Amino acid sequence: MTWIFENWERFWEVTEVHLRLSVVPVLIGFVLSIPLGWWANRSQTTRAVLFPLANVLFTIPSIALIVITPVLLGVKILDEINVIVPLVVYTVALMLRSVADALAAVPGNVIAAANAMGFRPLRRFLTVDFPLALPVTIAGLRVATVSNISMVSVGALVGLGGYGQLFTEGYQTDNTPKVLAGLIGTVVLAVLADGLLLLIGRLLTPWARAGR
Amino acid sequence: MGWLFDPAHWSGSTGIPLRLLEHLGYTLLTMVIAALIAIPLGAFVGHTGKGGFVIVGLSNALRALPTTAVLILVVLWAGLGDFPVYVALVLLAIPPIMAGTYAGVRAVDPATVDAARGVGMRESGVLLQVEIPNALPLIYGGFRGAALQVVATATIAAYTGAGGLGRFVFDGLALQDFGQMLAGAVLVALLAVLVDLGFAGLQRLTVSPGLRPVGTGGKK
Repeated sequence: MTWIFENWERFWEVTEVHLRLSVVPVLIGFVLSIPLGWWANRSQTTRAVLFPLANVLFTIPSIALIVITPVLLGVKILDEINVIVPLVVYTVALMLRSVADALAAVPGNVIAAANAMGFRPLRRFLTVDFPLALPVTIAGLRVATVSNISMVSVGALVGLGGYGQLFTEGYQTDNTPKVLAGLIGTVVLAVLADGLLLLIGRLLTPWARAGR
Repeated sequence: MGWLFDPAHWSGSTGIPLRLLEHLGYTLLTMVIAALIAIPLGAFVGHTGKGGFVIVGLSNALRALPTTAVLILVVLWAGLGDFPVYVALVLLAIPPIMAGTYAGVRAVDPATVDAARGVGMRESGVLLQVEIPNALPLIYGGFRGAALQVVATATIAAYTGAGGLGRFVFDGLALQDFGQMLAGAVLVALLAVLVDLGFAGLQRLTVSPGLRPVGTGGKK
């Protein structure tokens, strides 16, 4: 713990990078997974293609995806995009199923009622289906966020920023407190982000607690 | 893909078959150790209903633990070798298995459990002969999810000089040899699919046919 206070500036610097590298992919992945999840829920064929594809993508080790991305995109290996793109892929792979399952669980009679009231498809999706799917979607988002925060560190193995830098530097200089500082930072960040999403979820879906 | 199919890379002490076996070895031993720890814990908590909050909290906190950091810390503390790899991977595998077991045991129909008590089963019998067999599909769900993560993450072992398919990724990185890195990545993904198929087969053999999903929309 003392390492953190003695090196506060450095610690804050890697915290900022870590936060950026984990939050940006979650946001992009979340936005992408909504239309994809909607599509997978509508069409059996799409589902049959996207779900196994997501499973396979998820098995590719993050370190491998991080080193392959620059080759595929033609960017430098030290570009932050090399962490962002793989994490977007993992987020979508994980969220796709959550969104599709959540939309599938919206009761049929609610959809029928909305249709009967004259909701057009887009408005029905935005004001009826999606809000009702939010609790499950946010549960998926929480898993994706926590796993992203933990995975950003892997980028340090190829020289990218974030808490992972404290791991590799601590390893090379035999500095256990430095590694511990990064570990504590990662866990605290994950717990805070998870709690924040839980809170947002509760605020957005007050009806979920009404029955208790 | 030339690297992958070069016969020179398919033999010897740094060849693909040996690295595959090392990787598989890490995975299987990790899964056995993690299962021995996580299944009894999850089953006990699921059975008694006590401490569920602790289990859920603990698995969430463990999930946030960066495996790289754990690996490095154990290496700094205990020295290089396979031991740090197992510590890091077992910690990674415990949360999903424990959560799956806990959820599975909790989800067993209470009427079934009552019936088991009603016919005079002891608590140990209720747990071992009724709850766990009924919870197997969810236990396997957690177990297979953990196995996928372990196969993928065992790659990192090579960062501290241990073996496995990660060697190709890290050696390729050091040599700027993208063919080798790509080969390592592809092999890990293939191994993950094969390991999952293997456990799917085990699941088919050990889960009671009465618990298989019925109807067309069966679960994978």
